[in-house]
Amino acid sequence: MGPYNAVMSVSGTLPPGAALRTIRLDNGLTVLVKEFHTAPLVSVWCWYRVGSGDEVPGLTGVSHWVEHMNFKGTANIPRDEMKGIVERFGGTWNGYTWIDQTTYLETAGKDALDTLLFIEAERMANGLYEPAECESERTVIFSELQGAENDPDQLLDTEVTATAFRAHPYRHPTIGWVEDLRAMTRDDLFGYYRRHYVPANATLVVVGDVDTDDVLRRADANFGRIPAAPAPIRRRPAEPAQIAERRVHIEREGATAYLKFAWHAPAVTQPDFFPMLVLDAVLTGAKGTSIWTSFRGAPPQRKARLYTALVERGLASMVSGSIVPTAEPFLYNISLTAMEGVSLRMLEDAALEAIERVRQDGLTAEEVARAKRQLRARLVFENDSVTNVAHQLGYFETVVGPGFVETLQPAVDAVTVEQVHAVARSRLSRDTRTVGWFQPAGRRA
Amino acid sequence: MTTAVTSGLSPVRRVLPNGAVLIAQETAFSPAVTFVVAFHAGSLYEPDARPGLASFLGRVIDRGSEGRSADAIAEALDDRGVTLKVTTNRHVITVSCTCLAEDFEDMLALVSDVVRQPVFPAAEVEKRRAETITAIRQDQDNPAVRASEMLQTMLYGAEHPYGRPAKGGLDAVERITRDDLLAFHRARFAPGAMSVIAVGDVPAARVFECAGRLFGGWNAPTPPLHDVPPVAPAADRRVVFIPMPAKSQTDIAYGFVAINRLDPAYYAYWVMNNILGQFGLGGRLAENIRERQGMAYYSFSAFDPSFGPGPLVIRAGVDPRNVERALAAIDAEVGGLGTEGPTDREMAETRQFLVGSIPRMLETNQSIAAFLHTVEFFGLGLDYDRRLPGLIAAVTIDDVHAAAAAVLHPERAAVAVAGPAFARDFGEASCS
Repeated sequence: MGPYNAVMSVSGTLPPGAALRTIRLDNGLTVLVKEFHTAPLVSVWCWYRVGSGDEVPGLTGVSHWVEHMNFKGTANIPRDEMKGIVERFGGTWNGYTWIDQTTYLETAGKDALDTLLFIEAERMANGLYEPAECESERTVIFSELQGAENDPDQLLDTEVTATAFRAHPYRHPTIGWVEDLRAMTRDDLFGYYRRHYVPANATLVVVGDVDTDDVLRRADANFGRIPAAPAPIRRRPAEPAQIAERRVHIEREGATAYLKFAWHAPAVTQPDFFPMLVLDAVLTGAKGTSIWTSFRGAPPQRKARLYTALVERGLASMVSGSIVPTAEPFLYNISLTAMEGVSLRMLEDAALEAIERVRQDGLTAEEVARAKRQLRARLVFENDSVTNVAHQLGYFETVVGPGFVETLQPAVDAVTVEQVHAVARSRLSRDTRTVGWFQPAGRRA
Repeated sequence: MTTAVTSGLSPVRRVLPNGAVLIAQETAFSPAVTFVVAFHAGSLYEPDARPGLASFLGRVIDRGSEGRSADAIAEALDDRGVTLKVTTNRHVITVSCTCLAEDFEDMLALVSDVVRQPVFPAAEVEKRRAETITAIRQDQDNPAVRASEMLQTMLYGAEHPYGRPAKGGLDAVERITRDDLLAFHRARFAPGAMSVIAVGDVPAARVFECAGRLFGGWNAPTPPLHDVPPVAPAADRRVVFIPMPAKSQTDIAYGFVAINRLDPAYYAYWVMNNILGQFGLGGRLAENIRERQGMAYYSFSAFDPSFGPGPLVIRAGVDPRNVERALAAIDAEVGGLGTEGPTDREMAETRQFLVGSIPRMLETNQSIAAFLHTVEFFGLGLDYDRRLPGLIAAVTIDDVHAAAAAVLHPERAAVAVAGPAFARDFGEASCS
């Protein structure tokens, strides 16, 4: 084993288990290991600090396409073995790309550990990027894009995000613009892969029924021979301050009207982030912080401000809010589905009136306390398995840095009523919002 | 840490004198509990004149009970960060809840009130009706839902409980009254038709004590279980095209009526489905349509049997220009597996996958609760997780070939296609 820098972490947000161990291999790869012996399973995630927020114009979508290519075979794993090799251990595998990160995971029986580490090491260093496979994947991605376009709410989300940002690369969709996807070459993909898939830009997370020292030995054996290379330096243009409301109207064939608001949100490391997380819970119900598990069910929201003002009054059939921990300021979104027969104008006025009331009159101590209790429960629910704990460890290590995941619960606890009111006033103003309408063709506003 | 689930489940089951079934499984990964309360009250039991009634009842049952107003329920849930999830399928209505362990008794008491004494307040019925109508309109604009619902109707017939849309139509939802809801509740919600399953950081003794106190005094006659009506076998291929010109992608749903869950051939069909459209990215189907031809982001098959014969459904989302090619590829894979059966390698891989995935199937409280509900619903036995590897291992290549040969006949497939493609793109003459 190489000279590791061992760091012990205190227990906080995560379920107890054994202590988290963090080490860095000689080539710069960070390895996080946490033992749980409740089930004979291991979850392995390999995270890369690269996402669509690192893309330049003309190459939008390259991070996501590279993720697809990394399931298409390596020097030592043929393309048609990439999934089967995991599944023969009864394992599940997946990957995703978003604005700050790309990640790959497998959860399988604990006997699969060495195989899973081998797959991830191959993926990091030995991807094939055969030209014919790149071409075949181009049309698969077009199909993914078309599927998303079939959903009016997603279409509206893409347009609103692109309108809310002028300069920052968070503005384009992670899947990329179709024109860029048509033009991109195999060399664009391979070059991007080689620059970003280096040990110093990655974090390996192993959680489950394992022995920590054994994992560290095996990680060194599988990844230690990958040569060191400098991690790319992240250079993203800053977003200029928004000075006036922006609006997007989509009118096309459809059955239902959708409304979406976007305001500029704080980055997870900014002081406003946790007050915003609590504000969102007050307005639309708490989701927690995991983008991996938060889709699993509706948030508790029957007493939330916008639910009572809009859904209970029959103006909307659905309201949802979204604030996600991101490396740089992203968006706070509120999305609404208009009830049959309710105009978008009426719905927008009612939503803004409810938000203005919070900004003018503030919130009750009881609502803020309820929102914090909801977040406390969600932080437990989102860490309910080795797979989901591994996600949270890797996500925060990659997006923020060491130790942050353990500070989530204390940070929520520390939020005050005054802070929540203050972020409502400072961040949900008219001049900094983008409003999107999806209007079924032929229906009056 | 305790190690409750290290070597299989150890659920405990009790039956109360009134017929209520209670199952508890203690786990200790995190201080949370998931419980489900399920009734034999799915859409199979709806009066013929009230399609959509079971699904609608699921939307409104937790909006007021004799002991608690809608507002009191909302407050109790939101104060604890809890949501109730009510799902309705053809056979069952399930109320499920994940909460902190410290809130378990309060939440079970709330759910007990909700399922025993719902009042369906008129104002709540009207609000949820309007939401349901919006949801149906959204479905009508969704090519994937349109193709899937059409396929169900083609396979089972519009009058069959498996063939009609679970939400009912717009007109049907308009007709549902508060009296319909009360009558359906009275007819189907009884302790003898109920299972309560609790999984998490709570001892079984406390689950039984608590559930016994909440449900033990409930007396109502056990409603009869209904048989699933027979399904006429398909004689020829049927294709229906649903034009949705404004959409970007075309959805294909292609399928057959297979066997029921308790058929001895079930495990052979399960293995066969895994080979056809699950293993890896989506079995032989994805290997052809996605990996070799780059035609679709998803293509897979699903097999979902219950007490009635379940559908074997193949799905794909493709560029409108590729519908014919995709259908040809599906026909080739379906026909190929039906004629030639699986390879030895496919058998070995799929067996390893299905056996190996059992611990992962039992990774969270939610997934354990769902597993135990299936075990109870089909009477599979509390040791089912330990017997399952043997049941899968016993399936032979001949069993799988026989299953494939019995059901995989492209010339008898039902095919529903929804999207912007023109009918002439894949043979207008065959469209009805």
